[in-house]
Amino acid sequence: MTGFRLDAGGVVDRERPLKFFWDGKGMTGYAGDTLASALMASGERVIGRGFKYHRPRGVMSAGVEEGGAIVTVGAGAKRVANVRATTTELVAGLSAHGQNAWPSVRFDLGRINDQLGRFFAAGFYYKTFMGVLGTGTFEWMQFEKLIRRAAGMGRASREADPDWYEVVNDHCDLLVVGAGPAGLEAAAAAADAGLDVILADQDFALGGDLLGAAGPVGRANPANWLSKRLAALSGAVRLMPRTTVFGLYDGVVAGLVERVTEGLAAPSPELPRERLRIVRARRIVLATGAIERSIAFGDNDRPGVMTLAAARTYARRFGVLPGRRIAAVTTNDGGYADAVALAEAGAEVTLLDSRWARNPLAEAAEKAGVTVRQGGVPVKAEGAFGLRRLWVGDHLGGGRARPEEACDVDVVAVSGGWSPVVNLLSHRKVKPVWSDHLACFLPGETTEPIHVAGAAAGVWDAEACAASGKAAGLAAAKALGAWGGTVPNAPGPNGWEAPIDPVYEVSAERWKGKRFVDPQHDVTTDDIRLAHREGFVSVEHMKRYTTLGMATDQGKVGNVIGLALMAEASGRSIPETGTTTFRPPYTPVSMGALAGPERGAHWRPTRLTPMHEAVAASGAAFVDAGLWKRGWYFPQPGETMAEAARREVAMVRSSVGVVDVSTLGKIAVQGPDAAELLNRVYVNGFAKLPVGKARYGVMLREDGVAFDDGTTWRLSETEFFMTTTTANAGEVMKLLERLLQTRWTDLRVHVSSVSDGWGGVAVAGPKARAVLSKLIPDIDWSDAAYPFMGVREGGMKIGRGAIPVRTARLSFSGEKAWEVFTPADYGPHLWKTVLKAAEKAGGGAYGLEALDCLRVEKGHVTAREIDGRTTLEDLGLGKMASRAKPYLGSALKNRPELVRENRPRLVGLKPVAEGARFRAGSILCRPGERSAHGVGWVSSIADSPSLGWIGLGFAEGGLEAWEGAQLVAADPVNDAATLLEVVSPHFYDPSGSRMHG
Amino acid sequence: MLRIPCPFCGLRDHAEFDYEGDATVTYPPLDAPEDAWFEAVFLRENPRGRHREYWRHTQGCGAYLIVERDVTTHEIFGAELAHPGMASAMEGAA
Repeated sequence: MTGFRLDAGGVVDRERPLKFFWDGKGMTGYAGDTLASALMASGERVIGRGFKYHRPRGVMSAGVEEGGAIVTVGAGAKRVANVRATTTELVAGLSAHGQNAWPSVRFDLGRINDQLGRFFAAGFYYKTFMGVLGTGTFEWMQFEKLIRRAAGMGRASREADPDWYEVVNDHCDLLVVGAGPAGLEAAAAAADAGLDVILADQDFALGGDLLGAAGPVGRANPANWLSKRLAALSGAVRLMPRTTVFGLYDGVVAGLVERVTEGLAAPSPELPRERLRIVRARRIVLATGAIERSIAFGDNDRPGVMTLAAARTYARRFGVLPGRRIAAVTTNDGGYADAVALAEAGAEVTLLDSRWARNPLAEAAEKAGVTVRQGGVPVKAEGAFGLRRLWVGDHLGGGRARPEEACDVDVVAVSGGWSPVVNLLSHRKVKPVWSDHLACFLPGETTEPIHVAGAAAGVWDAEACAASGKAAGLAAAKALGAWGGTVPNAPGPNGWEAPIDPVYEVSAERWKGKRFVDPQHDVTTDDIRLAHREGFVSVEHMKRYTTLGMATDQGKVGNVIGLALMAEASGRSIPETGTTTFRPPYTPVSMGALAGPERGAHWRPTRLTPMHEAVAASGAAFVDAGLWKRGWYFPQPGETMAEAARREVAMVRSSVGVVDVSTLGKIAVQGPDAAELLNRVYVNGFAKLPVGKARYGVMLREDGVAFDDGTTWRLSETEFFMTTTTANAGEVMKLLERLLQTRWTDLRVHVSSVSDGWGGVAVAGPKARAVLSKLIPDIDWSDAAYPFMGVREGGMKIGRGAIPVRTARLSFSGEKAWEVFTPADYGPHLWKTVLKAAEKAGGGAYGLEALDCLRVEKGHVTAREIDGRTTLEDLGLGKMASRAKPYLGSALKNRPELVRENRPRLVGLKPVAEGARFRAGSILCRPGERSAHGVGWVSSIADSPSLGWIGLGFAEGGLEAWEGAQLVAADPVNDAATLLEVVSPHFYDPSGSRMHG
Repeated sequence: MLRIPCPFCGLRDHAEFDYEGDATVTYPPLDAPEDAWFEAVFLRENPRGRHREYWRHTQGCGAYLIVERDVTTHEIFGAELAHPGMASAMEGAA
């Protein structure tokens, strides 16, 4: 017999039928159903398949702890795998499929794995495939592929997520987690005191266990009690259903995920699918409830075996009876009310209580039609595709049983006790405390402003839960100074008359059958014992060896059972055995919610130079350089990148070129001690730099390794314009700030980043002076008046007006060249005006590719060479360092390793064979000697129009050791090797005559 | 999420800040010998409990703060401006 819908009862709306699809078959449920309750009402029993053994699985719970009814929802790009049917709100048109089965969950060829069970015990893969057969990783990887196919979960969509997500930063006085009786009362008490309260619950309906309560709240009807509370709270607190508090973090910060479109059949595209809400609360009440445990008995994963509270919830909340003949199994008093509820719903109920003493609740149960059997335990379930029979035994104590009889039942509903949801507190590193009395972990003490109330604190009775919640709400209000009364004493843990019988596993001699602890990961009681036999003593090791509690439910049902079995096997108590730590998230959170809007182009900012549009209009192809889009090359029709770059290089050498250099870091260094600051951070002297001059400077890190280079221009006695490399702009700024704010606090200097305040171009080539002198007539451009490294300010004529420019005569290309900067808003005018003049003179624009080639030809270093491993001497810049003053890094730059004779030092490289090529990143090896490290590496390469393929690199001992000798550029990744000659890095115009004069 | 009380900007998420190292280290003058610099740059105590550390409010005012934090519990006890001149100016303003 399968489950069916009752004629009345529950909070589903029988006036609103919803059509949905299960494995393509049309079915009908009601508004208020979950997918699981609707499937159960439609008579479906096999919903999923086990992870390893592919055994048929049905609904095992009515909540987030589900380990059986795991399905795939949606199709195409919207397909979501590994969804719990028990928490999926039914909407019209919902389409769900069984997963981890082929061809279907009813008939799955993978079921053969169950017969081969002994091969799938804990650790089997590792021992067999890595140890015996495999000689190494390769074999393991081949087997792993097969294993992954056979044992698996649903498949995620391979398409881009079509939905969008948002992130909200929020604050409140009190965050209440869980809207059961405790949470509702806590929120109400705090709101009455005037606090700003958020009440969040993972369910789509608020009320927690009251939605399908077994009994009254005190003397009140639970539905009435609930509707009265919700009406009072409406408007007074922020009610957030469909919102999971998935993690607690430092600073009373909670991570919430709201499933915004859940429950909407056709959500507006204006709505995000989910919303990550980061809540900074002043205090938190955890009213997260408790989760019922199962018991491990023979074949306890058969479809039809579920927790007792789940069976009652389906009957009372959803109006679905899971079966006609139900064996209710309990170890505690809580099971009696649930058994009665099932009997009242029309089922034929036998209650097996593992305790022999006649329970005071038994009489009332029998009056309601329940057959009570004291001292009875379940031994073995039968019926692969749906329970048919349960073997019942006498309890001999400690879970051992003597099988007595077979009962024909279609549902076994089990209560092995309750586990308070201590997960969120565990995120705060508060260790739960074992209670022998209640056979569960209770929340530990915390010093943080967090209260725990209700079943989460081990309070089982609904009315006591409400009182516990009220006390927590008042305590929070009092702590925040919003309420001045006396907080009533909260009810302590418990609510049972007779003590619980801690049964975790039922075993009978000579009775075989897998007894599952973790149904989602197919971990059995034998796996736990195997782990112990093989020496896994620590519970953390046991978890990783068996994978207990590592599935998507994170051991919400199975962990305590596994722990108890481990304790028993090792002869220790449960507290001695310890427990694993729960970590966020409480339930799975979609990647989309965590990413929020930061995806695609918005994953990180895109930085554009002030003249970007104008550069693009000039025909530039762009390349990403960090966050920047930089002009790469300017192809003419039919040109490749290499052809364009070669033409641009030749153009600069023969005529004039214009390049956008706005990405350089720019820092205004101002104040009476500005020169002193620069003198301390650069290796070379800056104190005596005259006004109107620029100087090339190099900085070291304080450990003596080269850090950054650039030119700094002296604008006045007290003002400098510092430029840095594009890559290090932020880091240099931070260094200067750190020094000024924490170390050299007596220096009267102010630094400000003006990188985005200026746009700039470099104008380089023999005709650069002619171009600039016409455009900026108020500067005297003669060599005598404007010498190399000079700095001049002026106005560039544009139409009838002029834009202010700040210029310096600097050369990165080796040609006569100037850098011209203008306030950012004038950037496009600067680019267009200079480029037009350059084109008139026979020149044009050049990009990063040509810029790089020009500097390699000159042997100038960039971030490829100043890479955090190289010293000044390695870079060939040792002579720059001042001996007359100390500077940042000078004390540590002479450590033995940094002055070792044969350190790799800068060299020039060119192929021996004409036309041969090599790559940056190649390893430099002695000919005939290929090794992983070689004697150095290639840092940069260039395709020079005049010199062919050339490169810069580092070789042990530098030019002195290798000049004229040969090395191989080995590129094992591309299986390439090129014979090179080591030459001076100054390939082009080594005397520098072209940039002077 | 740690929350740091910036003297300029108020209580802010640590995501706005960059951690900038141990604030108890005294750096020697530039002309001090290698040993003194070696100690300042490389050698660190790793004490349990309260610790003074630099944080820069990178996404806010840019100030370097000295934050007192318990490295085992992450509790933050307060933050002050690292620059003594700025700190006393703030006090004067308050």
